[in-house]
Amino acid sequence: MIRFFAAALLLSAPAFAQIDFSGSWAPLYHEDLPDRIPGPELGDYLGLPINDAARLRADSYDADRISVVPEYECRPHSSDYSMRGLANMRVDVVRDPVTQRVIAFHTRMNFQEMERTIWLDGRPHPSEYAPHTWQGFSTGTWQDNMLDIYTTHLKESYLKRNGVPRSDKATFTDHWVRHGNYLTVATVVTDPVFLTEPLVRTQTWVLDPGQVIARDICETVAEVPKAADFVPNHLPGTNPFLHEVADWYGLPYEATRGGAETLYPEYRKKMGKPEHPRQQCERYCSCGAEGLVCLSPTAKPPR
Amino acid sequence: MLESHGETSPLSGEPKMTRTFQLSIFLASLSVLCPRPAGAQQNFDNVQIHVEPVQHNIYMLVGAGGNTTVQVGSEGVLMVDTQFAPLAPKIMAEIRKLSPGPLRYIINTHMHPDHVGGNAAMAKLAGSDPALPLKIIAQENVLNRLTETAPGQPRFPEEGLPIDEYATPTKSLHFNGEAVVIYHEPNAHTDGDSLVLFRGSDVISAGDIFTPGGYPFLDLDHGGSVQGEILALNHILQLAVPAKTQEGGTYVIPGHGRICDDADVVEYRDMVVIVRDRIRDMIKKNMTLDQVKAAKPTRDYDTEYVTSNSFVTADRFIEAVYKSLSSSTGSGRSSR
Repeated sequence: MIRFFAAALLLSAPAFAQIDFSGSWAPLYHEDLPDRIPGPELGDYLGLPINDAARLRADSYDADRISVVPEYECRPHSSDYSMRGLANMRVDVVRDPVTQRVIAFHTRMNFQEMERTIWLDGRPHPSEYAPHTWQGFSTGTWQDNMLDIYTTHLKESYLKRNGVPRSDKATFTDHWVRHGNYLTVATVVTDPVFLTEPLVRTQTWVLDPGQVIARDICETVAEVPKAADFVPNHLPGTNPFLHEVADWYGLPYEATRGGAETLYPEYRKKMGKPEHPRQQCERYCSCGAEGLVCLSPTAKPPR
Repeated sequence: MLESHGETSPLSGEPKMTRTFQLSIFLASLSVLCPRPAGAQQNFDNVQIHVEPVQHNIYMLVGAGGNTTVQVGSEGVLMVDTQFAPLAPKIMAEIRKLSPGPLRYIINTHMHPDHVGGNAAMAKLAGSDPALPLKIIAQENVLNRLTETAPGQPRFPEEGLPIDEYATPTKSLHFNGEAVVIYHEPNAHTDGDSLVLFRGSDVISAGDIFTPGGYPFLDLDHGGSVQGEILALNHILQLAVPAKTQEGGTYVIPGHGRICDDADVVEYRDMVVIVRDRIRDMIKKNMTLDQVKAAKPTRDYDTEYVTSNSFVTADRFIEAVYKSLSSSTGSGRSSR
């Protein structure tokens, strides 16, 4: 009889989902906080394995584009960036109505109401001619208790919100691991157009059952009169802001230009000396300390 | 064999090619935006026609030429662009899986052979029912180009000519329960470009004005211009209405490549505008075409828009933009 019940229990266990990620999650910004909350400094490409094409594209980026070109106003993050952006997340389980098997996880984030489905039922990815979306097309497979998510069909977007591009040929893999009430997400982006090696980033989330994911309704409005053929951009060699990050943080300018070698500790030995060394931290010094989420570069921790 | 009449271009100092030679180069190497070499020598035996549903009753057919748009419904079949003649039986076989109805309309987005090459063959396959005639529609410059016969080149088959040409800014018809509006986009990819808007299905067939994954082919010899290209892309953005989060809504079928939407056209328009801005700045600094090419003003876009078999290389795009900006003809219209 015991054997029968044990067998019945095994048979009734979900065939697909091993771990339940459903619930409301709040992001923890202790990793890369200044980069994620106030946003990256212009010209800061340090630690990104980008090629020359990505570097020039980012140098040419003018943030006025977001306000001057209405089509940019209501864009969400792409799914490779959304896990480290400014937004909370709810994960719902999608079940087959007949078998009750988990066939997908569905995520919703409040910023621009980003919604993403991670299919677990083995369905194929769309054809190469199908449309691309901000969230892409995601399928998940289990490696023990880790969910590996493979995403294709992404729209062109950014690796950083300072204009560092990510192409629509990029794909990425998420690895989701749950440690009790904490969720660790490692994201590995591969982009044959702009990256010389995969970009790996991690983010941590904490379960927050009382959280409410509210609506975020965005409407595009032409706020600034402009000619139809005007797109804000810096001509090569004319962007006046590219040295700011090196000056403010006392870094060698070359290091801020990024590239694969700036990812690795050995680079410190060869990166040279800063042009404007700093004796002490002067910008975003307290972010993350004592739970401070600072939006001002000069914010001090509460006493 | 390169024919030169001894003239030189005032911009580049290079020998000017005759239009005949340019056309034959075009025909011979029309991997333009399609990956395979085109023309009479191309073997189409192994080409498969891929059918991608777009929205409502609109489908995109991908083969060896430009993309074909097919609209089906109770009144029959409408197609936009016909690829190459040898593919017509395969294309018709796929259309027959979507609809048993008569082929009533062919609309050509422009005059290049990878878009009009199958007109006559499709007309033959469509049959001739006087009560359900096939009409072939294009902007009149397409008809003008197709009836010009260059020495040594075969005549375009008469039964494939777009004799239902239009010369107005727009032409519209109502078919299969929806308005179909055709817009002339002057001096963009060529001087005879049409956008086709399926107003009920909310789909735009853009022809080679929009070729994601490749730089636009500004066919200056046939009336193309960079400013007209930008205006035409902006017109697509004016017609397209994205859904929530600036994606979906109106779908755009490009001349070559995957199905797109408003946000994809924005990226492409931005690329053309930014490259135009850079080259215009260099022209203001009196840089020659060779100097501009050497400065590589498209180097941050080349990894995205050029592949090993691209017809529109970086240099070709730079040259077209440079010459277009240096000519006084402009786009032939003001911005909308």
